[in-house]
Amino acid sequence: MNSLILTTATRFLTPLILALSVFILLRGHNEPGGGFIGGLLVAVAFALVEKAEGVEAARRAMRIEPLVLAGIGLGCCLAGGYWGGIVHGDFLRGIWPWYEEYGLPVGSILLFDLGVYLAVAGTVSAILFGLEEAGHAVAGRDD
Amino acid sequence: MLLVWPIALPLSTAVLCLIAWHSPRVQRALNAAGSLGLLVASIAIITRVLDEGPVAAQMGSWPAPFGITLVADILSAAMVLITGIIAVACAVYGWAEVGAGEERNGHHALTQALLGGVCGAFVTGDIFNMYVWFEVLLIASFGLMVVGGGKAQLDAAVKYVGLNLIATLAFLTGVGLLYGAAGTLNMADLHLTLAGRQGETAIFSAAAMLMFAFGAKAAMFPAFFWLPASYHTPSVTTSALFSALLTKVGVYAMIRAFTIVFDTSEPAIQNTLLYGSAITMVVGVLGAAAQMHVRRILSFHIISQIGYMILGLAIYTPLGLVGAIFYLFHHIIVKANLFLIAGVIGRSTGSEELTDIGGLWKRKPWLGVLFLIPALSLAGVPPLSGFWAKLLIILAALEEERYFIAFVAVLVGFLTLYSMSKIWMEAFWKAHPGGDDAAARPASYWLYLPIITLALMTVFIGLNAQPFVEAAFASAEQVLQPDAYIAAVARASEAAELGLTFESPAASGVPAEAAPTPVEPIENPTGPPEPEDPLR
Repeated sequence: MNSLILTTATRFLTPLILALSVFILLRGHNEPGGGFIGGLLVAVAFALVEKAEGVEAARRAMRIEPLVLAGIGLGCCLAGGYWGGIVHGDFLRGIWPWYEEYGLPVGSILLFDLGVYLAVAGTVSAILFGLEEAGHAVAGRDD
Repeated sequence: MLLVWPIALPLSTAVLCLIAWHSPRVQRALNAAGSLGLLVASIAIITRVLDEGPVAAQMGSWPAPFGITLVADILSAAMVLITGIIAVACAVYGWAEVGAGEERNGHHALTQALLGGVCGAFVTGDIFNMYVWFEVLLIASFGLMVVGGGKAQLDAAVKYVGLNLIATLAFLTGVGLLYGAAGTLNMADLHLTLAGRQGETAIFSAAAMLMFAFGAKAAMFPAFFWLPASYHTPSVTTSALFSALLTKVGVYAMIRAFTIVFDTSEPAIQNTLLYGSAITMVVGVLGAAAQMHVRRILSFHIISQIGYMILGLAIYTPLGLVGAIFYLFHHIIVKANLFLIAGVIGRSTGSEELTDIGGLWKRKPWLGVLFLIPALSLAGVPPLSGFWAKLLIILAALEEERYFIAFVAVLVGFLTLYSMSKIWMEAFWKAHPGGDDAAARPASYWLYLPIITLALMTVFIGLNAQPFVEAAFASAEQVLQPDAYIAAVARASEAAELGLTFESPAASGVPAEAAPTPVEPIENPTGPPEPEDPLR
């Protein structure tokens, strides 16, 4: 696709959507939102780049192989689980090391949610990019 | 933490494999290391379980039935152990077998994810959580089926996924009905809640749904056709892993659900399982007789063997369950080995179609011996492990005076022998139709190492069956009288509620046998489960 309007709008929209996704991720603690929806928003942002400028540009913008991103996300989830296991002896136990002192609701649960965020973003992007490339491959064969 | 390792180790390895996406070599090493780690963890678990009785843990310190329970009794621990053994065997075999394209497409990460899902299904004590692990292993196995990327793989995967999704849906529906009727999904808690309520319509419908779901996963008649349609298409390593583990997760779930949750002595449930398993045995073995592709023959034999295991459950006596559990353990080793050997046969002769190959006995007599060990064991020839497995099942059937079923079981054993001798005659005995050195690719020693190890295990179990049968007896007793299982869950739950980490009964000075059955903590958890949690 080659649309000036879409390409220009993408320049503005992509950072906005990415910022929104972080907001949604953090808001998900007690209100609607969370890692899954945030991750989908990240995938939407890169899907927009992909539609406007092509898969190559989207992959460049992502800077990292989507499935590796998903792997890092799963790794964060597991690390969140291990954290409780190491500190408390119970796998997946919620740990809040800075809450009592500073009132920061940051801990193993946020790490887990961040993992979901990255895993969803990576997986959905991998599927979208893969489909786009497969489509190109088929179209190329037809020509 | 001990019970978490069989799940956490494979999943962590899968993550590392994903992060090392661009280096198949690193992934290969990680796959082997992760499988080895799983084996070590499983040995630790089974030693502990055999010493102390069932162990349980609550995830995230949430007491049962709210938190997810992991429990291992002898059956679960043995299944995890055998998963570890097969994982290592397949990892080693895969070094020489799995193609570069499959490795690039994520073979290793998916294998480890599959192992995580399988182990999760084996150790979970919560029926909804079991559904989640089924999904994990289903998605991973779908991926493994298509990493080869060929047309045949995709075709097989569509059939495989189609039927498995229907089964999963039935599983979820059954779980929903069960939750509506009982208000809990923790299996130990369900056992207590459903006592005396087995005849209720909702419970009964849930039992029917779950029976269909697990039956389809285990490839029971009539929902078996996905298996022979798909198992011969992926790489040999993958199909060996599938043949060893996937259907057996279904059998395990069936044994678990229809002892601790549902009462199999209900005539409707018992008769369905009994005749279903008999038809499964016959259909599987007859299907195999009609095939000429080595891995397809073996796939049909999985179905007929599944019939034996379900039959052991359906007879519903201690001896029947001993037979089913022993059969499960023996069958995984033997069947995985046969698939691995099928790979070597295909490699040494250029094809897996029996009509196109032959002459192996002249060229590789040792391969013939290695084939005969699991093949005869599968057919139930003494003194190999399959003989004891079949003997136990048939004895249990005779003890209950189910003569017709016992007759079918013996007959199917003979027909199995027919199929195995067909592979023997065609692949080994007759001359190769294209000349003896036609189309052979060299088979690396890495292919033989797991085959020899698994064959030795079959012989060892056969010659030294007593300790295994004894363990199976202990396990069947735990499965049929789940007091120790429930007590373990109650202890873990209590510990979680007090905010303590779970201590083993030995550490707290209470011997496992003498532990009473304090069931109250499961039923009435008091107060907020995590008082120190700031956001609740």
